[in-house]
Amino acid sequence: MAITLTVNGQTHTVDVEPDTPLLWVLRDTLGLTGTKFGCGIAACGACTVHLDGRAVRTCTLPVSAVEGMPITTIEGLAQDGRLHEVQQAWIDHQVPQCGYCQSGMIMAVSALLARRPDPSDEQIDATITNICRCGTFVRVRRAIHAVAEGGNEEERHA
Amino acid sequence: MRKWTRRAFIGAGSLVGGGFVLGVAGVAFAPGRHGVVSTDAIDKGELTSWITVTPDNFVTILVPHCEMGQGSQTGLAMMAAEEMEAEWERVRIEEAPALDAYANAYMLRAFTGESMPAPLGRAIDYGAYRLARWFGTQATGGSLAVRGTGYGMRIAGAAAREMLLAAAAERFGVPPAECAAARSHVAHAPTTQRASFGELARVAAAKPVPSNPALKDPETYTIRRTAKPRFDIPPKVDGGVGYGIDFTLPGMLHAAVDIAPVQGGRLVSVDPAPAKAMPGVQEVVELEEAVAVVADSFWRARKALAALEPAYDDAGHGDVSSASIFAAFDEALGAAPEMPAEAARVVTADYRVPFLAHATMEPMACTVRVEGERAEVWAGTQDPLNARSAAASALDFDTDQIHLTNLMLGGGYGRRLPFCFDYVDLAARIAQAMSPAPVKLVWSRENDIQHDYYRPAAMCRYAGALDADGRPLAVGAHYAGGGDRESLFMPYAIPDQRFDARNAPHHVREGAWRSVLNSQHGFFKESFIDELAHAAGRDPYAFRRDLMDEHPRFRAALDRVAEMAGWGGPLPAGEGRGIAIAESFGSIVAQVAHVAVSPAGRLRVRNVHAAVDCGDVVNTDSAAAQIEGGVVFGLSAALVGAITIGEGRVVESNFGDHRMIRMADAPNVEVEFIRSGERLGGLGEPGVPPVAPAVTNAIFAATGIRVRDLPIENQDLSRA
Ligand code: FES
Ligand code: FES
Repeated sequence: MAITLTVNGQTHTVDVEPDTPLLWVLRDTLGLTGTKFGCGIAACGACTVHLDGRAVRTCTLPVSAVEGMPITTIEGLAQDGRLHEVQQAWIDHQVPQCGYCQSGMIMAVSALLARRPDPSDEQIDATITNICRCGTFVRVRRAIHAVAEGGNEEERHA
Repeated sequence: MRKWTRRAFIGAGSLVGGGFVLGVAGVAFAPGRHGVVSTDAIDKGELTSWITVTPDNFVTILVPHCEMGQGSQTGLAMMAAEEMEAEWERVRIEEAPALDAYANAYMLRAFTGESMPAPLGRAIDYGAYRLARWFGTQATGGSLAVRGTGYGMRIAGAAAREMLLAAAAERFGVPPAECAAARSHVAHAPTTQRASFGELARVAAAKPVPSNPALKDPETYTIRRTAKPRFDIPPKVDGGVGYGIDFTLPGMLHAAVDIAPVQGGRLVSVDPAPAKAMPGVQEVVELEEAVAVVADSFWRARKALAALEPAYDDAGHGDVSSASIFAAFDEALGAAPEMPAEAARVVTADYRVPFLAHATMEPMACTVRVEGERAEVWAGTQDPLNARSAAASALDFDTDQIHLTNLMLGGGYGRRLPFCFDYVDLAARIAQAMSPAPVKLVWSRENDIQHDYYRPAAMCRYAGALDADGRPLAVGAHYAGGGDRESLFMPYAIPDQRFDARNAPHHVREGAWRSVLNSQHGFFKESFIDELAHAAGRDPYAFRRDLMDEHPRFRAALDRVAEMAGWGGPLPAGEGRGIAIAESFGSIVAQVAHVAVSPAGRLRVRNVHAAVDCGDVVNTDSAAAQIEGGVVFGLSAALVGAITIGEGRVVESNFGDHRMIRMADAPNVEVEFIRSGERLGGLGEPGVPPVAPAVTNAIFAATGIRVRDLPIENQDLSRA
């Protein structure tokens, strides 16, 4: 079945079964492999993208449900060659370890900050429920607060 | 065996295009000449060496370890660049390809002629990774990258610097001793002459190779002991990194697999028809222990696989459960160790820890193309050479018929080490059935949770004796589930120590899990010493400290962490601090956990402080990150981690029932390093072992409830 998707500002028509999760359309049909597969049951957040600006887990989201809605993946987060402030904070605070969970983490955090520019720790805990097996949570929190406080800390790595 | 010398293993040569290449520990260095790297080898990409300098004045460092996110590639490059006096901004890193010339083992052989480099000697001594494992491996595990290979990196950097100095001296017409290297240039101050490494590279390549290059005084380090951003991070924030699971080829097929649920079980029957009738399905591949569906997309393969109803046998293990395994442990442990008759007080305790999964966030994935007599493999592994062997044996090929490309790993923690390459083995056999089409096998999370090489479940029966003054006279344990010299070691002056391994075999597949045996024994021994302290009526920190006369490094770490955490300071009711210390992989880590337990029994770990003596710190920021990650990893295990066996198989199947902690449960973690100047220890693993006992000791301090079985969530912490 032909389905029209708007991903990172571009329109694609894909021919897949309507129940195919958006995750696999992004990864295998469109080649946007920055969105990751972690569990397939909406439990880890590795597959998070923005759907109309909100963070959604795509591994259980049928592609037919998002036809025509604006989708942003990690590949489309930077604008005009400039990293999103969350991506920059992730570099400044050296957040990723293996990095595998971080696309989803960054998408979840950027959606949170768009809604609540200065979230409390409780709001962070309640909203950012992504799993990071490498255990980068300490830095994730630090980086979120740094973005919220406006701009990144001075160079820690001078 | 031929006696190798250090000299024989530093080689240098010219790069095509005027560069300079230098290596330590290669095998292709012919004695008696120094054009040791043939241009032929370079053209074929078979560099046997580690550092190149190109005319554009960039230094490229080849690192024979994969990057799992610990920053070891950046750390190794820092070590080489430091000795070389390279300008950090002009250093690049490449991962060495899977060639025998890079096998870590050559490091070992290269130096045995003179003396074993200390870090290697220690690793062998301690036996967690036995000597045999070092040969034929290119492993990144055992926290060994920066310890083992780092020494070679330093030698390589120092040798390169000396040759560049010699080249500069010739060019300036001055004695080499008057030249100094700094920031990728060599300068001669008296005549103000200056040349870049790039300009000197060609001449340097022809200079004699120093036999014993001088290493820098650590007090003069400018690159090491600072926080350098890791090279691997920028592509990890924009989706640009290609992990094993992301690999793709034109015409590639996708495989999903179902594996006999009981380890050792076999596929008895499967009717392929329901899958074959589904869209995009190319083949149903029946294997001895599994069935795979191969389709034109992963989702189609996975959906079609779900339509099958394969039947497996249980290899005779259908009655095994976690309860039966622990009952067998209990029986094997027998009576508690005997304690001396003169003891005023004897304390005994049993501890249990479950099997644990690695649960790397990237599920296992491997792409294979079998074409006639050749096969190509793409996968993320902690040991590409051994993975290549696994593919070869799956296909009944020789290893030289296989070309393996190692891709970025979405987590390792021991899951992708030698002898754990079932995913490579399965992918190779499926691809053989589909030859010549390339096939990518992606495991489901269910595959991953149910077919791991688990951290062994273990049980330990401790006994300890105190004299009338509360001083420990003896301590002993019977343990089942594994143990070794390192993991059993206690830094306490207890005169009589008796440890005895008991065996109660089972069929559950086991492997190395971040910090290996230390994750179990760290919990056992640091829980028990805490129990002894309380039995003696002593403060657990002071009790430990008083027994550390012979181990000043341990005492210093303990003192540091106690100070960091404000040990002894007042806390509200229901809160407590717990302390624990363990050495693993050459590093001593002391931790204090601060917990709060509500009257209803809800546990919150507020803070974990860690004092780490790993000898010296190469990259301060990524070192701290490793300890932070180890604390969280260990905390997941302590709080909620468990793999349960029922009817011979793993009960848990995905992140719904196999849990890990998230933001809400992650404590604040503070890390400080102690530069003892001792040999370098690892960082990836040593943060793990002290966490669980620090937390359970803190729970005892807060509530009087002693947790002896993990995970903690199975224990009732409520107080009436
Ligand atoms: S892969 Fe979608 S939440 Fe885990
Ligand atoms: S960085 Fe490895 S799982 Fe999060």
